[in-house]
Amino acid sequence: MPDQVPAIQVLDVVRDYPRPRTSLLRPAPVVHAVRGVSLDVKQGERFGIVGESGCGKSTLLRIIAALDQPTSGHVVVEGTDITRLPERRLRFLRENLQLVFQDPMSSLDPRMRVRDIIAEPLVVQGHPASGERVRELLEAVGLSADAGDRYPHQFSGGQRQRISIARALAPRPRILIADEPVSALDVSVRAQVLNLISDLVDELDLTLVFVSHDLSVVKHVCDRVAVMHAGQIVETGYTGDVYAAPQHAYTQRLVSAIPTLQRALSGATTSDLLATKGEPA
Amino acid sequence: MSDVLTVQGLTVTVRDKTLVSEVDLTVGPGERVGLIGESGSGKSLTALSVLGLLPEDVVASGSVRLTGVDHDLIGADERRMSRVRGRELAMVFQEPMTALNPTMRIGDQIAEAMLIHRTRPGRGAARSAALELLERVQLPSDLMRAYPHQLSGGQRQRIVLALALANDPALLICDEPSTALDVTVQALVLDLIVKGVVARSSALLFITHDLAVVATVCERVLVMYGGRVVESGPVGEVFTNPRHRYTQGLLAASDLDTADRRLPTIRGNVPAAGQFPSGCVFRTRCPHATDICAGTPEWTGPVADGFACHHPAEPVSSPRLPAGGAHA
Repeated sequence: MPDQVPAIQVLDVVRDYPRPRTSLLRPAPVVHAVRGVSLDVKQGERFGIVGESGCGKSTLLRIIAALDQPTSGHVVVEGTDITRLPERRLRFLRENLQLVFQDPMSSLDPRMRVRDIIAEPLVVQGHPASGERVRELLEAVGLSADAGDRYPHQFSGGQRQRISIARALAPRPRILIADEPVSALDVSVRAQVLNLISDLVDELDLTLVFVSHDLSVVKHVCDRVAVMHAGQIVETGYTGDVYAAPQHAYTQRLVSAIPTLQRALSGATTSDLLATKGEPA
Repeated sequence: MSDVLTVQGLTVTVRDKTLVSEVDLTVGPGERVGLIGESGSGKSLTALSVLGLLPEDVVASGSVRLTGVDHDLIGADERRMSRVRGRELAMVFQEPMTALNPTMRIGDQIAEAMLIHRTRPGRGAARSAALELLERVQLPSDLMRAYPHQLSGGQRQRIVLALALANDPALLICDEPSTALDVTVQALVLDLIVKGVVARSSALLFITHDLAVVATVCERVLVMYGGRVVESGPVGEVFTNPRHRYTQGLLAASDLDTADRRLPTIRGNVPAAGQFPSGCVFRTRCPHATDICAGTPEWTGPVADGFACHHPAEPVSSPRLPAGGAHA
């Protein structure tokens, strides 16, 4: 249908954080973490957000997930404006939008068994948390059913990330937000987790927002990408286009700084990483 | 010319577990060698045994010789090792925060490295040398008076690099120096590392799990898995024509340029330390494994350019030369 409601609509969101006062006479300094970001994520789309540390991408995510409030601007999720809604009215959001975080160690409670971790979103939302559903989820992310009886420390990084994904999927969300889900993983495990996310997004018809500092990973996973720099989106477009022909100076710098096997094997050196694409080193 | 670093039969054990076994490795003068592998493959332990910085109950055996040092680095006492470390042999660690002293100003830390080894005649000379090193890593001179916590991760890593290069070491070891950094900062740090070792004709041993970084920085590469070197050779050769099945899997899994949504994966996980199978360490995850893989595979080819696999991948184009690699 042509007039489909976008899954996520971000309208001119600004987030300022006040810093502690340094002087009695002057006002407290302010950090402009997000400075006027607007974006649309369509239903069923795989949307990537790329940026380096400190560019505001995590702040933006927190605002989209209603874990933080914007200083100004609005976030509309599936047609409902979530900005300034009280927590008790965010129930639809908590059911429909789930997060997977970067560090699978610190985002899983070390004192809870895996089955309780996975069932927790269901319990919190007042659904019956059946053992059946937990087993189903464990299977969906490629873990054996007896994994439910163990604790997070008994799993490797990749397996822990699978547990995080299972937990996120428990309330049957329609939107999955992944914040650097593979940054802490080894190459072979990274491939497994990326495949898993990709498969689940296809099978369950999810809208995916994938945040990463690594444009090459985003390019592999996402259809469209927004490049963030210093709290603003400097470029949006189809990932292939952005990667092949970056328009903004920052994106050009970002793309050329990514070391790739192909370029290295055709003789690129470290100084080529610093050169902007198109220009000689 | 003889090699800068010669490691022979390096084995690292903790109690009854073998973490690294029979690693042979040479780094020629001015050569840049990469050591790749996933976490738990023993690459950091290999570097730490060269430096003599293994934890208390971890024991290394074998032989590690460094040019200009008249004793074996394995088993050398702390007094002798401390003369080598930071002088002939320097290391850049992954985590630049813990590698710097939080209570000392940057300038003093860099100067200290030179004063301890008496490579500069006095405080003044050491300070001006430190200033020059700061300039080399493209940091402003007013950082001399800064403390580490005032700097960003990339700046700190550049300080650690300046420190490591202060005494023009014969060998620089970098253990995942850019893993914690952003891409654009990583590009700068990698460039500074390469320029730094090239300017000093130092040899470089570069440890990372990022294949693309190794391909960009190094000339030769060793692939480690389960505490063993499973394949080695020139970067172009190993990455275009992998023979060991693990190298092949690793390359396929990291190829994000593929048009296919699904990446080829290596099944299973890296086993925990000491849980690797006997014989070929990769056989539990290898799609080509057969019964003969229960026996340890022989090394095929010269030490600097060969592989250890019972079922090697077919060479894609030109077969490996039987001998005659640059350091064979």
